[in-house]
Amino acid sequence: MTLEITGLKVSLGGRDILRGVDLHLEKGRVHGLAGESGSGKTMTGLAVLGLLPHGARATGRIDLGGRDLLTLPPRELNKVRGGQVAMVFQDPATSLHPMLSVGRQLTEHMRHHLGLGRAEARARAVELLGKVRIPGAEEAYGRFPHQFSGGMRQRIAIAIALACSPRVLIADEPTTALDVTVQAGVLRLLRGLCDELGLAVLLVTHDLGVMSAIADEVSVMKDGLVVETGPRGQVLREPAHAYTRSLLDALPGEPGGPAEPGGKA
Amino acid sequence: MTLQIEDLVVEHRSPGRPVVRAVAGASLTVSPGEVVGLVGESGCGKSTLARAVCGLNPVTGGSITFEGRPVTPLGLRRRTLTAVQMVFQDPYASLNPRRRVGDQIADGLRTAGDRATTPADLLERVGLPREFAARHPHEFSGGQRQRIAIARALAARPRMLIGDEPISALDASAQAQVATLMRDLAVDSGAGLLFISHDLSVVRLIADRIAVMYLGRIVEVGNTAEVWADPRHPYTRALLQAIPRPDGMGVLPAELPGDVPDPANPPAGCRFHPRCPLAMDVCREKEPAPGPVACWLHEPA
Repeated sequence: MTLEITGLKVSLGGRDILRGVDLHLEKGRVHGLAGESGSGKTMTGLAVLGLLPHGARATGRIDLGGRDLLTLPPRELNKVRGGQVAMVFQDPATSLHPMLSVGRQLTEHMRHHLGLGRAEARARAVELLGKVRIPGAEEAYGRFPHQFSGGMRQRIAIAIALACSPRVLIADEPTTALDVTVQAGVLRLLRGLCDELGLAVLLVTHDLGVMSAIADEVSVMKDGLVVETGPRGQVLREPAHAYTRSLLDALPGEPGGPAEPGGKA
Repeated sequence: MTLQIEDLVVEHRSPGRPVVRAVAGASLTVSPGEVVGLVGESGCGKSTLARAVCGLNPVTGGSITFEGRPVTPLGLRRRTLTAVQMVFQDPYASLNPRRRVGDQIADGLRTAGDRATTPADLLERVGLPREFAARHPHEFSGGQRQRIAIARALAARPRMLIGDEPISALDASAQAQVATLMRDLAVDSGAGLLFISHDLSVVRLIADRIAVMYLGRIVEVGNTAEVWADPRHPYTRALLQAIPRPDGMGVLPAELPGDVPDPANPPAGCRFHPRCPLAMDVCREKEPAPGPVACWLHEPA
């Protein structure tokens, strides 16, 4: 078990946002977290990183390698954040700094967390850019985010997240801002990296198609609670909870998909 | 024929940059009571096309006619063409935050010279309580705001409704609802609907015909069910195959290699050939003629 969340409760301004969430992330597995907006998916991700909004109170336990991230002192938590747990956000247009070169954003935390020298960090950054399949990694190092397309930016954001060899990657709607064709590439990349590096991935998404493509386990959240959790095939094909069934029924089109001829619903 | 777009060319000029030909010879028709879905990747010119139809972007070449009259660009003068109305992408930016939503809807009613209908009636039609007319936009969620934007567009009694990615800023749960609402309202009032989206699964749900756009050109047009069941252009196929299916099988969707080329410098020949898995010699040299399917594979010999 790489990361274990037990009984996580978060309240903000007197409102309960999470009401006891249990999740288990394992090495080399993608755990999908589905649900409507407002169900607490993103908050769960943020709580792991200690990035909850100001004034939020979190109780429960988030266990990473025997330590509870919720009670960790800030100095220790800073070592975990970016070092052992990394995050990829929804919109690469806003999650990358527009005024800093890609190279600077890729090396800054590596030099801090890993204590690498300038040249070492640069070499590793170029290698990472190659790994996320950015064409011309050497030239890309010196460029700025606006010079890349949306899909490329998200690849760069993934490279940044992976720079310090984290054990856990939290991807919050990583493909929602992308076109379907680009999304397919980023999903393949995420799946490949997860298998290759043995990452534990928490994939937050509302898109059950995306979930079906790359998640191994699926948890469904509603109103701050996990209502159903299980292997992908089971949750998506034979949902036990009525809410999961309603989510699947709300999808446009029949499950057969584009290959199957058929009229409109 | 209500809306007729013929060989439309729209260019964006900005100082110090090459001219970007966002729409490079696109033809499309939308009949009354018909829903046409326009799909394509970002940067393919679909929004520019929609804005040109409303007169928000000046036209460089080709023509747009609505009910036989050319669509003129919007200027400082009061517009005469109020039968074409648009619902914009971002309901957080398209509603005036300082005015009550009822007043904003009343603008449309005044334009149409409609004294019998009240803003509350329109709110009711889009499925919102009548009392909401007295509230301000910040009191609503994204889905509610987009419904208000639709009510405002409908107030002017449009004969052509244009939705420029009207659902992409909304929650997944609200997307299908708002799209279906737009379709029902447009079809019930006998207006045509040009629905622009990059989400093929929603377009499939509501459109009678689908037009697929790639880099400023329409590469395939056809009946929705036919295009979905038997996509003929390699680009349409790639788009459909890239949609992940919620079947629980863990199949990774097919990837379309490469990025959309820079519209300022489109490739020679067929615009899709650098990314096309079936590219032939002729594709690199000559551009296929526009038709239901603009592809050399489907060219009548």
